[in-house]
Amino acid sequence: MKSKKILDTVIEKIIFCCGILAIVFVVLIFGFLLKESFSFFKDYGIINFVTGKLWYPTSAPPRFGILSLMAGSFFVTLGAAAVAIPLGVMAALYIAEVAPVSIRDFLKSGVELLAAIPSVVIGFIGMVTLVPLVRTVFDLPTGLTAFAGSIMLGFMALPTIVSISEDAIRAVPWNYKEGALALGATRWQTMYRIVLPAALPGIIAAVMLGLGRVIGETMAVMMITGNAAQIPAGIFEPVRTMTATIAAEMGETVKGSMHYRSLFSIGVILFMITFCINFIADLFLHRMKR
Amino acid sequence: MVDKIVATTLNCSYGKVHSIKQLNLTVFQNEILGIIGPANSGKTTFLRTINRLNDMLPGFSATGTLTIDGADIFAMDPEALRRKVGMVFALPLPLPMTVYDNVAYGPRRHGITDKKEIAEIVERALCASSLWEEVKDRLNESAMKLSGGQQQRLCIARTLAVEPDIILYDEPCSGLDPISTAKVEEAMVELKKKYTIVLVTNNVKQASRVSDRTAFFLMGELIEIDQTAKLFVSPKDKRTEDYITGRFG
Repeated sequence: MKSKKILDTVIEKIIFCCGILAIVFVVLIFGFLLKESFSFFKDYGIINFVTGKLWYPTSAPPRFGILSLMAGSFFVTLGAAAVAIPLGVMAALYIAEVAPVSIRDFLKSGVELLAAIPSVVIGFIGMVTLVPLVRTVFDLPTGLTAFAGSIMLGFMALPTIVSISEDAIRAVPWNYKEGALALGATRWQTMYRIVLPAALPGIIAAVMLGLGRVIGETMAVMMITGNAAQIPAGIFEPVRTMTATIAAEMGETVKGSMHYRSLFSIGVILFMITFCINFIADLFLHRMKR
Repeated sequence: MVDKIVATTLNCSYGKVHSIKQLNLTVFQNEILGIIGPANSGKTTFLRTINRLNDMLPGFSATGTLTIDGADIFAMDPEALRRKVGMVFALPLPLPMTVYDNVAYGPRRHGITDKKEIAEIVERALCASSLWEEVKDRLNESAMKLSGGQQQRLCIARTLAVEPDIILYDEPCSGLDPISTAKVEEAMVELKKKYTIVLVTNNVKQASRVSDRTAFFLMGELIEIDQTAKLFVSPKDKRTEDYITGRFG
């Protein structure tokens, strides 16, 4: 009897530790990022860092302005959203509402399989197929542009958006649809006026999670966006994102140097952005459950 | 009496389940026809066949004819049919929007854009379902905040706003308290002056209270149909008698 009770407490403690570990990791990572970036902010100034347009970390004196990097991330994310949101939501609507059962299962697993493709593979495919195509079609000096990156990243965000939106659409009670149909609404009117609004919190959450993945994505953007640290004049110019900067430069910095710490500071900014996006997505997901 | 809905040798089935067998039934204009019967007797199937809501279900098929004002419903455009044939469901199902928008939903879908006209339709429909007095100050609140009985009358108003000829009630009071039930029934009796009503109910007493004629369904067959007063006092079929006296079902 007594040994059983001890076992109970021990298991309880172990489970507790496992549960708390996730939070501990987040706090530790954030703490580490903050520690490195704080000393950088003290030396360089957070205003200079965020509003500076020039990113020349190895010039003399070095310049660490990440405005162009933020603009790069912003452009690519915006472009990816323009690709992924309409495509994703409509695909979800088709899978949930229109497609016959046999096609539905096939499509859904297909879309989820898309999520399993490693990002380096997506980047590679984009590099050999999409990039030359963009260059010839739009007659550009190089195909490595924000535009090409947006399309590939849009595809990467699709599985998340389709899958979660589809769940949200299917969670709309069948009765709502029947109620609207019984009033003489057509199928499309029912979808547009009843099903979509009712599923909207879930769809917004899906979009947010999808975009969170896009902002944090590194490998594919590094391979296809051209990596020029400049504020782009348009979508057909090379850009460099915050993630690509960290990945590309971390290997060549001296540990503890200004450059090294500046990369951590980019990480902090990135972390804050993705944190906000996930937080908003979470809010909407909870609203959907209620 | 004018024939409104006429079913002739109507058979309905879901896949292999034969749920309505050789049904011949006429509903007259401006009457309330009550349909009673135990579970799986085909009464709801019949109702949902009239406005073709069953078409949506996989494996559903119907043979025989069903006409409204002499026109074959299976040849009609389903949306046009459903505009003519309103339906009130068992559970009150307000759409997730305001009280006003719920009632205005149907007319708006059918192309009415004039705000004044819609406001008039909404008020008329809410009055006809005897809900206006209770909600006239809450039109912009979410319909989800109304009580169950109010929600059900809102659904009736929503159906009326489309200005149908026929209203189908599918156990409209199964989730309501007695006072709300009385109000829904009152509204129903008031409405038959303008509309033709088919009422499916599990509550035998409700059928005896409100319907002009009553039909008894059992296992997909129409056992008996007669004036409500007659059917409840001297049923011709033994099974009808057993059911209404509560010996089974």
